[in-house]
Amino acid sequence: MLEIKNLHVKLEDEDKQILKGLNLTVETGKVHAIMGPNGSGKSTLSYVLSGRDGYEVTDGSATMDGFDLLEAETEERAAEGLFLAFQYPVEIPGVSNMTFLRTALNAQRKARGEEEMSATDFLKMVREKAKSLKIDADMLKRPVNMGFSGGEKKRNEILQMAVLEPKMCILDETDSGLDVDAMKLVSDGVNALRDEGRSFLVITHYQRLLDHIVPDVVHIMADGRIIKTGGPELALEVEKNGYADLLAENA
Amino acid sequence: MAIKRAQLKQQKQDALAARQPALSMPEGGEWITAARKDAAGRLDAMGLPIRRDEYWKYTRPDAFTSAEPVAAALTDDAGTQVFEGVDVLTVVFRDGAFDADASDDLALDGVEISRLADAAQADIHWAKDIYGALETAGQDPVERPLAALNTAYATDGLVIRATGAAAKPIHVVYERSSDTSDAVLHHVVKVEEGASVTLLETGAAGARANTVTEAAIADTAAFHHVRSQGRDQERQLVTHMFARLGTESTFKSFTLTPNGKMTRNECIMELTGDDAIAHVAGALMADGKDVHQDDTIFITHDAVNCESRQVFKKVLSNGATGVFQGKILVKQGAQKTDGYQISQSLLLDEDSQFLAKPELEIYADDVACSHGSTSGAIDEDALYYLRARGIPHRKAQDLMVLAFLAEAVDEIESEELREAILRRIRLWLDLEDDL
Ligand SMILES: Nc1ncnc2c1ncn2[C@@H]1O[C@H](COP(=O)(O)OP(=O)(O)O)[C@@H](O)[C@H]1O
Ligand SMILES: [Mg+2]
Repeated sequence: MLEIKNLHVKLEDEDKQILKGLNLTVETGKVHAIMGPNGSGKSTLSYVLSGRDGYEVTDGSATMDGFDLLEAETEERAAEGLFLAFQYPVEIPGVSNMTFLRTALNAQRKARGEEEMSATDFLKMVREKAKSLKIDADMLKRPVNMGFSGGEKKRNEILQMAVLEPKMCILDETDSGLDVDAMKLVSDGVNALRDEGRSFLVITHYQRLLDHIVPDVVHIMADGRIIKTGGPELALEVEKNGYADLLAENA
Repeated sequence: MAIKRAQLKQQKQDALAARQPALSMPEGGEWITAARKDAAGRLDAMGLPIRRDEYWKYTRPDAFTSAEPVAAALTDDAGTQVFEGVDVLTVVFRDGAFDADASDDLALDGVEISRLADAAQADIHWAKDIYGALETAGQDPVERPLAALNTAYATDGLVIRATGAAAKPIHVVYERSSDTSDAVLHHVVKVEEGASVTLLETGAAGARANTVTEAAIADTAAFHHVRSQGRDQERQLVTHMFARLGTESTFKSFTLTPNGKMTRNECIMELTGDDAIAHVAGALMADGKDVHQDDTIFITHDAVNCESRQVFKKVLSNGATGVFQGKILVKQGAQKTDGYQISQSLLLDEDSQFLAKPELEIYADDVACSHGSTSGAIDEDALYYLRARGIPHRKAQDLMVLAFLAEAVDEIESEELREAILRRIRLWLDLEDDL
């Protein structure tokens, strides 16, 4: 369960408040969606939860099954089961996708006091998971995200999620830049991971992703706050009327 | 100006006078005695490098010019296991002295190998045309007195003549058991027309070591050189590689410098035959404020349609200093020259520094030469991405260090040797093997 209470975040180097008292609870096994206009602070929320530099939490808390996310190092949050699928996955020259995945998985296991996975078991597991995401051997061998198309990068994010088996997955605009086929692949990948022990926070600007990944709860975010919460029908309302009415309601 | 020059000259002479009493010319046959005396003459005329030398602007020569070496404590892992598992002919020098017990028989298909100390006993030897000759040629236009010193006073080394395809690489292992040893070794490599040989070197040779290799590579011949200089924290090492390339010949040299207190690697290559290829690459892992490493390269294109390539990658941390001086000289008439040079540093903190001096001097009009030098910190976005997947900060950084260095290691032609070097770097960085 992810619990965010009264979260206030500003930029470290600038006097600019981005999150202004955000409250959000994602129960274990549920899929929550956050929608909101550009610049409302959705990515900032995901970055702050995963521990990116450059932000300062001025008030509030964020815990995952009681684990204080905000105090921990980025890698500790990951080992604890937090996963962020990036809006803009980073290219890393010289580090093969396979090495990256294996190093990550074993580092997490080590941090949790678990046995590392043998090379054979690992290869078998990755190949299987890659196959269902249509990620071929060449993409696994290539340096992380180097020369990948937008869709390939997003599929690669989902592969990482499938390999690392986190308990809390945050997907930041995973649908952006995807064509219909890629959207289907990615959604199927996510849906396959839906599990009663795993929660999702799906950040999206558009409703169409939510046709594929049907959420239990939808939140509307504006200006650093959740301004409305409802069921999947809320997403349809946004799709039809845009954000203007909701924002006006709240002004 | 004139006074200043006279002053400089005097200081160089003073430096030589301070060093000379600790040197003695070995006994030998006629050919080598002549070569040694010539070299001593060159050295007398040049003196030894001093701090004010332009060519030593970024690196203090003191460690190499003092009468006695600065003591260098021994380390447990001197890094001589780099080529473990590779089928090689092993030759061991311990503190500069040949170690017969630890060495293989000097017998190898396709190659004649002997010790310089043995070859020196003859009155006449094929090495006569190379020993000191390539070094002499390399003294112009820039003086390299430490190489002349080596030619004059080297006590041993290998004399290698490849007449066919060498059956396996020759691996020179430098061990050291003394914290004050002062090794001076000189190798001669002659690769006959169409022949090929690979020379591997690992280790530190001495508390202080001065090594010279002269390689004459005939038409269509190939010489590959891969070395790892000993992960020996306090050793001081100056090396010179002089290579002369004939028509359609190939020379590729790669050096891994995993720490060491002071290193100066000079590589002087002359492309004298058309269509020759010369590549030189280096990867440095320098950690610590006392660590100083310098690659000084001088490539002369004196033939048509030749290719030269320099790729240097330096990772610097905790106050280490990395230096790169690389020059491409394209002589008049060396048309269709393809010269490439890149030197890059990865600075892991603000105390470390990279000093680069890339130079092009071109007298032909139809050439393609490029050079670039960059210095940068680790990519923070990539670091965050790796950490967000659970990879601890240090390991994430090491992964990126490996990736950075791999671009230089990739210059090694043999996959087996490339993998051996990468495996060792991974081991030192405590990273898992690639799948
Ligand atoms: N590192 C940053 N530097 C400057 N401005 C930032 C930074 N991160 C976020 N912002 C600003 O904060 C606001 C929220 O951005 P973001 O979290 O990316 O919104 P969203 O993902 O909802 O589009 C925007 O006005 C954006 O420009
Ligand atoms: Mg965003």
